[in-house]
Amino acid sequence: MKRTGLLLSLTLSALLAGFAGGDVKSAQYGAEPELPKPERGLMPDMVIAEPAQWGDRLPTVPQGYTISAIAKDLKIPRQTLVLPNGDILVAEGRGGSAPNLKPKDVIAGYIKAKGTSSVKGGNRLTLLRDADGDGVYELATVFADKLNAPYGLAFADGKLYVANQDALLRFDYQDGQTQASGAPQKVADLPSAINHHWTKSLAISDDGQTLYVGIGSNSNITERGMTAEVDRALVWQVEADTGLHKPYATGLRNPTALAIQPGTGQLWAVVNERDEIGPDLVPDYLTAVREGGFYGWPYSYWGQNVDERAQPQDPEKVASAIKPDYSLGSHVAALGVAFSDSKMGPEFADGVFVGEHGSWNRKDPVGYKVVFVPFKDGRPAGPPVDFVAGFRDSDGTTRGRPVGVTVDPRGALIIADDLSNTIWRVVPAAAKP
Amino acid sequence: MAVIIEPRYSEAIHPLHALLLAGIIPLFLGPALSDAAYASTYEIQWNNFASWLIVGGLIFSGIALVFAIVDLCRAHRRARGIGLYVVILLLTWVLGFFNALMHARDAWASMPTGLVLSIIVAVLACVAAWFGFCTPAIRRTR
Repeated sequence: MKRTGLLLSLTLSALLAGFAGGDVKSAQYGAEPELPKPERGLMPDMVIAEPAQWGDRLPTVPQGYTISAIAKDLKIPRQTLVLPNGDILVAEGRGGSAPNLKPKDVIAGYIKAKGTSSVKGGNRLTLLRDADGDGVYELATVFADKLNAPYGLAFADGKLYVANQDALLRFDYQDGQTQASGAPQKVADLPSAINHHWTKSLAISDDGQTLYVGIGSNSNITERGMTAEVDRALVWQVEADTGLHKPYATGLRNPTALAIQPGTGQLWAVVNERDEIGPDLVPDYLTAVREGGFYGWPYSYWGQNVDERAQPQDPEKVASAIKPDYSLGSHVAALGVAFSDSKMGPEFADGVFVGEHGSWNRKDPVGYKVVFVPFKDGRPAGPPVDFVAGFRDSDGTTRGRPVGVTVDPRGALIIADDLSNTIWRVVPAAAKP
Repeated sequence: MAVIIEPRYSEAIHPLHALLLAGIIPLFLGPALSDAAYASTYEIQWNNFASWLIVGGLIFSGIALVFAIVDLCRAHRRARGIGLYVVILLLTWVLGFFNALMHARDAWASMPTGLVLSIIVAVLACVAAWFGFCTPAIRRTR
């Protein structure tokens, strides 16, 4: 019976994917996004990426920049880290063990899987090295394996931190190493029951003493029950030496990437908001994370907009919910964030890059690109600018899906693409490639 | 002496048809009760139970519907009142399907429409079964 639903949605997807457009309304960007009333048809909108090969094609970049693939055939690269000597570490894996609870989960899971890579996750870190600085990363070697869906990466003080889907690990690192010298030490266990949103994002303070771990919710909107949401949808603050931790900020549905703002030490996050209440709800956002702040999930969104799907409600929590700083647009699926550097060229020197994996719950797909959010005086200022695009055609053909973005201080943007299993590198053409 | 044979069980309805038709009562009653439990406790597991029971009800009533339509199309099995039975069973299935979609919504989004639909479908299922078992034309002639 529900098969009919599946067929219908697939037909619907095929029909709707034919329409071009697919841009977030400009009113959805920035500090005061336009928020329509929640709506939901009989079936959720599902338009799924149709994977295709890159062939000779490349993602598009602004004039004056070039892009190249520096690693291919990886095993689902998610986040990257640039080490002090310029080597790049890539976290590869696929996590999550959330059981299907409803017939809907079975059907939606099947449909969504069509838009992702069929490769098995690597559960490893790959190291890429460009020894002669010619922009070709001639060495690709496994730095550490037998990990459990590693995602967040951070480095400070000769210590490499890796956030598996169930634990925060530490490797000792010496400059120039191409392989971990031993098994990692466990810093802390991370909440991993169910792991509906399994990715554990990571950032570290400049002094190397404090780690921040982004932990996603265990559901879209509490449909796995409130008990599944203990220690979820928040950012943990973890003491690097002891592993002691406490919630730093809560109500963040899925904080998929964290970054420390250079100069200020302020923690920023990109957060994926809830689905299935319309194409323009709820905006994914970029925000400075306030210590002790509550950001609404599950009771409300964008401040005090109550989400009736979360019951029983909590009016006190709703009243305390903080409005995020900057809307990136609904359903763009921001999975990467990185502060830029003057080496990225004058136009893109002050701001953040955001990797947008792309939507599924929207007739006109959005995301599937890397945008640049310009900053002024340490705050977002102005609409996002496309920095890397061309991942998806208007007919639904999708060659790649950006995840993590990392700025190489020598003047390059590193992008992990978990559909084509590629690492992309964008450099200003003026600089040496 | 004339003997009137009054069968305890109908002959006009196929045993499998009968089995499926009887089965839709618990399968569609269950969601109504589960939804009521969810509405009063917010315990999400009731909502999951309802979702699966509805799918079971749709499968059973769907196959029963095929039996009924086949009976409707064959003159010698076209019992009196079968038209009404088919219409009610069809309505049960269609509303049941809408209810399945309603229950595919996350958490409280399925409420309260889901509960209302579940109750309507449960009542319809009982009515459909009643008419389904009534239709056999073998009756005592007065």
